Amino acid sequence: MAIADTGPVPAAAPAAVLPRAATRTTWARIKPTVLALIVPALLLAFWQVATTQQWTRLIPTPYAVGEYMVDFAVGGIYDDAYSATLTTHLLASMSRVYGGFALAAVFALPIGILIGRVPTARMLLDPFLQVMRPIPVTAWLPLSMILFGLGAKSAFALVCLGAFYPILLNTIFGVRSVDPKLFEAASMLGCRGNAQFYKVVLPAATPSIFTGLRLGLGLAWFVIVVGEMTGVPQGLGAVIMDGRTLSRTELVICGMIVIGLAGYLSDRVVVALGNYLLRWSPNHHG
Amino acid sequence: MAESATPIVEIKGVSKVFRLQDQTIHALSDANLSINKGEFICLIGASGCGKSTLLRIMAGFDQPSSGEALMWGRPIAGPDPSRGMVFQDYALFPWLSVRANIGFGPASRGLGAAEVKQIVDKFIDLVGLAKFANAYPHQLSGGMKQRVAIARVLANDAELVLMDEPFGALDAMTRERLQDELLDIWERTKLTVVFVTHAVEEAILLANRVVVMTPGPGRIESDNALDLARPRDVASPEFNAIRRVLSAKLHSHHGKKAA
Repeated sequence: MAIADTGPVPAAAPAAVLPRAATRTTWARIKPTVLALIVPALLLAFWQVATTQQWTRLIPTPYAVGEYMVDFAVGGIYDDAYSATLTTHLLASMSRVYGGFALAAVFALPIGILIGRVPTARMLLDPFLQVMRPIPVTAWLPLSMILFGLGAKSAFALVCLGAFYPILLNTIFGVRSVDPKLFEAASMLGCRGNAQFYKVVLPAATPSIFTGLRLGLGLAWFVIVVGEMTGVPQGLGAVIMDGRTLSRTELVICGMIVIGLAGYLSDRVVVALGNYLLRWSPNHHG
Repeated sequence: MAESATPIVEIKGVSKVFRLQDQTIHALSDANLSINKGEFICLIGASGCGKSTLLRIMAGFDQPSSGEALMWGRPIAGPDPSRGMVFQDYALFPWLSVRANIGFGPASRGLGAAEVKQIVDKFIDLVGLAKFANAYPHQLSGGMKQRVAIARVLANDAELVLMDEPFGALDAMTRERLQDELLDIWERTKLTVVFVTHAVEEAILLANRVVVMTPGPGRIESDNALDLARPRDVASPEFNAIRRVLSAKLHSHHGKKAA
């Protein structure tokens, strides 16, 4: 090597005081998990107290919900219409979440790139989309049922709508905020015109686009209940709506918990994927 | 100044005027400069003297408002791989590894993978970054990033290397090392270098001609050939004599603007 230089930023934290190092590292390892569980544990305790003290009679105890969750998942306790149906409903919802999300990405990515790079497209589409954006997915429910009919198509359309805007806005931001120096660098290296789009704009925009996709997928889970208010027989949203109609609050709470966990796990997978694909980006480690 | 057939770069009566709202800024006024192949030119001056503007015109990023900028006698119409730019803030592609950054130019020219690899290996060694070939820019120190930027330009067969305060953001130790390396590369490759700086000492250490520029409007104050032997010693009396002369020229506009 012609010159020795300072190496890459060291990843490891400075070593702790030696005799206490073992306990420290154990604590450091479990600390995030412990801290993350404190708030849910407090909420659960409050729920337990509130239901056993009968502050409300309409909400079942945590134990009753837990028992019902087991029945919902594997059956064998109540053996009613919802026993051992969790997988069916989860898969139905997942197909709508990922299907609607994929559909949203198919529309939002090219439109976002167009609005971000072509001034005419921006003037043509941006004002319209800015007016459409504040309209909540719930408001679209009746129109969606008229346009796409009762059932799965409507559910897809509503989930797609929910995921569309975050993907669109982050794509526009990503392709617009490329450092102008990178275009100059590319052109003095012999990369000009359309080639710059593939070799500069797209890679530079990937962190923003990825953020948009992540938010879009989160919103797809967020709007699944509205999406499944369209008269579909299966799905977690459908279960929650049934639970409401039948006054079966434990069913509603079970549906809520499953949506929360499924959305969370889905997000963790996306984040892990992003950390790998965007390992070049210094500020993209979620 | 040695006479040769055609200068690599000729700047003839170049002016550059920017309009900002209702203000007109004369960034560069009637600049004339002729650069021969193999020279190491430093453009030096305070901010606003037009040195970066002149460099950007040579790169083809900006066009002169009047006058002409020629390379090998032909007008400079836009950026071209024969004129490589090294930016102060590196402008590396953050999503590409060191290897891919250096190979960007050759790959853009449509060379095959094997050929690109051969070129990259050569220049990665030249700047001493073989161990960091697969690292990403954010994992490198400033000095290493600037080495990648230099290698990227050299790998693309640039005849003329334009450097815009390339070592301005580096610490003193790293700067000195990179100055030595740059001189070493220049002597070995017989490149032509135009180097913008605001540090007199850096200019005298590197250049065989120092072009002093003054602001308001930006213009070339003087063109000074240096015949100091290399390697140059910043502590020598000759070095300091030149430093005094150039510093005086650099500040000559202050008198005019006073009061």
